[in-house]
Amino acid sequence: MSSLEMNDSRSEPSFLSRFFEGRRVRRLIRHRSFMIGLWLCLFVTVIAVLAPVISPVDPNKMAIRSRFQPPSFEFLLGTDNLGRDLFSRVAWGARLSLAIGLGVVLLNAVFGVLLGALAGYFRRLDGILMRLSDALMAFPSVLLAIGIAAAMGASAMTAVISLAVVYIPRTARILRASVLQVNELEFVNAARAAGAGDFHILRRHILPNCMAPLVVQLSFVFAYAILSEAVLSFLGLGAAPTDPSWGIMISEGRSYIREAPWMTVIPGMAIAITVLGLNLLGDGLRDVLDPRVKMEH
Amino acid sequence: MLAYTLRRIAQAVPILLLVSLISFGIMQLVPGDPAAVLAGPNATPDELIKLRQTLGLDKSLLSQIMIFYGNLFQGDLGYSIILGEPVLKVVLERSPISISLALYSLVLTVILGLSIGVIAAMKHNRWIDQVAMTFALIGVSVPNFWLGLVMIVLFSVHLGWLPTGGYVPFFEDPVGWFLAATMPALSLAMMQIGLLARLTRSTMLEVLGQDYIRTARAKGASEPRVIIKHAMSNVLIPVVTVLGMILSVLLSGSVIVETIFAVPGIGALLGNAILGRDYPMIQGGLIFVAAVLLMLNIVVDVLYAWLDPRVRVQ
Repeated sequence: MSSLEMNDSRSEPSFLSRFFEGRRVRRLIRHRSFMIGLWLCLFVTVIAVLAPVISPVDPNKMAIRSRFQPPSFEFLLGTDNLGRDLFSRVAWGARLSLAIGLGVVLLNAVFGVLLGALAGYFRRLDGILMRLSDALMAFPSVLLAIGIAAAMGASAMTAVISLAVVYIPRTARILRASVLQVNELEFVNAARAAGAGDFHILRRHILPNCMAPLVVQLSFVFAYAILSEAVLSFLGLGAAPTDPSWGIMISEGRSYIREAPWMTVIPGMAIAITVLGLNLLGDGLRDVLDPRVKMEH
Repeated sequence: MLAYTLRRIAQAVPILLLVSLISFGIMQLVPGDPAAVLAGPNATPDELIKLRQTLGLDKSLLSQIMIFYGNLFQGDLGYSIILGEPVLKVVLERSPISISLALYSLVLTVILGLSIGVIAAMKHNRWIDQVAMTFALIGVSVPNFWLGLVMIVLFSVHLGWLPTGGYVPFFEDPVGWFLAATMPALSLAMMQIGLLARLTRSTMLEVLGQDYIRTARAKGASEPRVIIKHAMSNVLIPVVTVLGMILSVLLSGSVIVETIFAVPGIGALLGNAILGRDYPMIQGGLIFVAAVLLMLNIVVDVLYAWLDPRVRVQ
């Protein structure tokens, strides 16, 4: 370890402790939207995690005698056209939606940061990377995901990849803007003058100071990924037809919307509650971490 | 202004070339032999060879790219396998339907989004503000296709006010068009109404805190005059910048909304192409929609530069 790095590690607290410093956490706890969003997200996460425990039956178990049962004490959220229990399917659907959303967020965090940092710091790469992102962003977002998913064939993994391709350029742009801004600050020039290398400056000085807009962006990417995954699944381009995906459930319910509206209404409400929670969470994070940014999505 | 417009058009050309290359690349993602996928399991080897030749799949990748761009420069977006017609001809036939729907959605978005945002800002921290922002937040969080289905149940099945779907050309029967297009347009617009209301509210609150607004009030200007004459012109500038993004989302959402409401526009065309694995149609449709969006964005940028002359200099 060079003397410069040793000096850095003494003078700067770790990224996590700086990011979740007491003042910020206290402001987040006092933020009403954030707390409502957090509770909603926790609620959905608990349901997703405990799906195998709380589901009364297997989500794919058919019971022809119990077809089209409306919500009741016996069937909490009713049953579908094949007699499958909707509560079990919605709970397992939460797992799938959150897993896909998380996959998209992780890919965005890795590639969005990588491309945004490279474009913002190495000006020679900026032109080509940003033109590529311009071209990807010229497509309407869901339409591009639909095109990729249609070509690759339907699966949950395809949904993750296609949605990541759609949102990575947007994340990279936000990070690039932050990198450009931080790169002009005095402490970066000081590090450069002290002889620090490019990657050291990026990793230790620039990126930790670009995390606030990134975290806010990722919370919104999570929400959009869940909405878009439902669209893909509805069109038959997301999860496998047998998977209890919320989008597939709405698509199946569509044919019986007059006789059994709960088949459509309930999974839609599950999507709305999850996305609402993530949006509220994102609003709170934006207000506290990155108050300059307005809604740009 | 002309120089700015020409510069924006020149900037769009390389992006359009990249857009078409990406669309071409997406079709290379089809696993295995696309001809075999298209022809189905019962195709004979002769049929497969013929289809490969028709699609140009028997040539090298570089030749395929050259042929693709050669055709593109001549306005040839390929040949739809399902419809047996040139892709460009079909999308041009269907585009007025989608454009009329997108414009109707845009009008709804701008009128409702702006009104809700302005009212919420004027009644800041009062119950009207809370209700308006809750509505906006729900609008942002609800999937548009689900909203469309719920509206069909409510307004068509139960109340019988509006038709469940279909499309009536505007110039044949304006009232019929209005009735048929209202639910699809509203379900497309709902998310954008929420976003615009939130953006308008926050911008309006910022503008209302400015000195010149205080001066206008101090001079005795009435509140409606302060809002309409002094504040609105500055609120509209950020709103114009998001118009391009709103149009993009409206066109994007049309695939699913047109499918649900049986509107025979580009969205439904692409939806059917996806189901039928009509890859030339998907590829051509993607290029067409992206090109239309690029053009619309240029119009929005020019409009923005006209509203805010500083942009032209930058």
